[in-house]
Amino acid sequence: MWRRLSALIRKELLVILRDPKSRVLLIGPPLLQLILFSYATTLDVTNVSIGVLNQDPGRWSVEFISRIQGSSVFREITPLHRISDIREAIDNQKVIAAVHFGADFSRNIEAGVPADLQIMLDGRRSNAAQIVNGYLDQIANAVNAEASSRQGRRVAGDNVLERYWFNPSLEFTWFTVPNLVGSIALLISLMVTGQSVARERELGTHEQLMVSPLRVHEILLGKTLPPLVVGLFHSTMFVLATVFLFEVPLRGSLIMLYLSLVLYLVCVIGVGLFISSIAQTQQQAFLGVFLFAAPAILLSGFATPIDNMPDWLQTFTMINPLRHFLVIIKGVFLSAMPANELLTHSIPLLLIATFTLGAASIFFRRRIG
Amino acid sequence: MANLAVRRFAALLRKESLQIVRDPSSILIAVVLPLILLFLFGYGISLDATRVKIGIAIESNSAPANALASAFRISPYFDAVGARDRRELESEMVAGRLKGIVVIPAEFGENFARSPETATIQIIADGSNPNTARFVTNYARGVWGNWQRQMLAETGGREALVRTEARVWFNPELKSRYFLVPGSIAIVMTLIGTLLTALVVAREWERGTMEAMMATPVGVLQLLAGKLIPYYVLALASMSVCTIIATLLFDVPMRGSVFALFVIATAFLFPALGQGLLISAVTKNQFVAAQAALLSGFLPAMLLSGFIFEIDSMPVVIQWISYIVPARYLIPCLQTVFLAGDIWSLFLPNIGQMLLIGSVLFVAAVRNTRKRLD
Repeated sequence: MWRRLSALIRKELLVILRDPKSRVLLIGPPLLQLILFSYATTLDVTNVSIGVLNQDPGRWSVEFISRIQGSSVFREITPLHRISDIREAIDNQKVIAAVHFGADFSRNIEAGVPADLQIMLDGRRSNAAQIVNGYLDQIANAVNAEASSRQGRRVAGDNVLERYWFNPSLEFTWFTVPNLVGSIALLISLMVTGQSVARERELGTHEQLMVSPLRVHEILLGKTLPPLVVGLFHSTMFVLATVFLFEVPLRGSLIMLYLSLVLYLVCVIGVGLFISSIAQTQQQAFLGVFLFAAPAILLSGFATPIDNMPDWLQTFTMINPLRHFLVIIKGVFLSAMPANELLTHSIPLLLIATFTLGAASIFFRRRIG
Repeated sequence: MANLAVRRFAALLRKESLQIVRDPSSILIAVVLPLILLFLFGYGISLDATRVKIGIAIESNSAPANALASAFRISPYFDAVGARDRRELESEMVAGRLKGIVVIPAEFGENFARSPETATIQIIADGSNPNTARFVTNYARGVWGNWQRQMLAETGGREALVRTEARVWFNPELKSRYFLVPGSIAIVMTLIGTLLTALVVAREWERGTMEAMMATPVGVLQLLAGKLIPYYVLALASMSVCTIIATLLFDVPMRGSVFALFVIATAFLFPALGQGLLISAVTKNQFVAAQAALLSGFLPAMLLSGFIFEIDSMPVVIQWISYIVPARYLIPCLQTVFLAGDIWSLFLPNIGQMLLIGSVLFVAAVRNTRKRLD
């Protein structure tokens, strides 16, 4: 039985690796994607442009503006001259926000009267606008503290000690890279396995395989192991890039990571084989893969947190293998999650893997007739 | 003669349209996928963290500490659990069940009694998701600041000297859905314009029906127009359905005109269809065409268009790449037409860029199609 199986595995590996075009597709793009998208997918806000309408002749608006200039968040300050300029600049997205100092801004501060400062934000980019507003509030607090201390006033200081665990300087790549590793591994494994049964059916070799002495579970094993090897190869490449290229700290257990990685890849390969078994053509298999991958990635907690979703959708995401794997990979890399927690998140993967492989084998058999 | 050309073209259009309607994969891409994506972006994807789970370590046994803790409990932004010791909460944060911890330290009550403005708290946030972490600290600071001002006012302190008054235009409630749903329409149009077109035309090359069509008296341009017009109509129809769902079901406002929306969509479909055509003409293979469309069409539209991720914050090299992504010019237009209104001074430069990219892609596509004939 082992010789039969190893022959099949050899054949499957050859199918994946023989064609130079698909060999190139297998190694180049995934690494390129990881690098390109790691830098692109940031929800950080830096280098934005801001407009300033300063009608205040005093020194406090100048103080405020110099603090804006000193911040890495803002790249460029666009001076505005009239109220109508604010509308024009925001409407055309030349600036994400505009700050307006009234004529009495400094005078009020010197007189000890609260001075108001208007901030106009572009709600079409509401996430970035909120972050910009947070930064401007912090500058306002700092200016307030300075003005108050000069006047010997008692004001609430900025008495907050802020600390970020697992990622002290909030490097966005520490978040995106582990997420991308899971997502790209999903895409490649689905692409490789999604085609395998559909291609044989299109070429007519599926029947040949079925009349061979191989049993169904052997065929299934032969179809699962080669993509698993390819997937582990990719993931190892990614893990190395994560540690050495992106310098994301690896704080947890690498053994646990590989253990859950195998479970995760088997889940995904099961889905791929299932799609491949029900598809009539390679094109349908491709679309099936896409139909699964798009929601899987969107509902994984990568682009936006699971907690922000409505409850019914949160429950639904439990069947998404990527969701569980992302908890594990971020737990291993960043938060040194203890083994019992990691195991708790691996159990759903085991269940999903059993289900998808089981479903694939049923459909695989049925389609023969 | 002219009459014949028109009739020939009409027959071609009819053939291509029938092909779309009969093909299950085009129905899948043009109807099922857009609906799934729209619902995902409408319901599933949200950047608005509401009721983030945090812990409050009330290590100080005093009245002000308890008052502050209840200020966090009633905040609509947090779902707060209390504890007497921060260590009880720390393991929960390692496990990912808490996104942050507010520590009210043991000396808080004492400091507060001495002089309220010196009392200090600590905010610890889970940095493994930086966006959520920043949300936690910003809103926790807000709760803390409000409480501080209130206490200070009660104990005879005075107001802050600099007060900010923020107004968010176009989206005062800061709902991320308002910009994500219009953005997802760009993704849907990319799917139909680039992915579907590339797949279907590549299949014709694979099967040899493209060559067969070229042997007929139909000219190359007529042939391509006959192929593209049905997809253009299909993409607009899909966009219309999405717009109706977005406004009626997801309550996204539609402040601009339908006319402007169609002009923008048409300008975008020019490069999108051109890209699909070019991919199919170069690859002439369904599988490779699908991969290429995914890599050069779908993913850039999703990641490099400013749809979710700010282009300004990306490294300069990636910003340059984003200039050749047609969706980059579509996204601001769509967000504007839905949320702000008809701002032609923003639309026109973007439309110009899309038409420019479209022209380059079309010239390349036509050349590659002709070459095959020789």
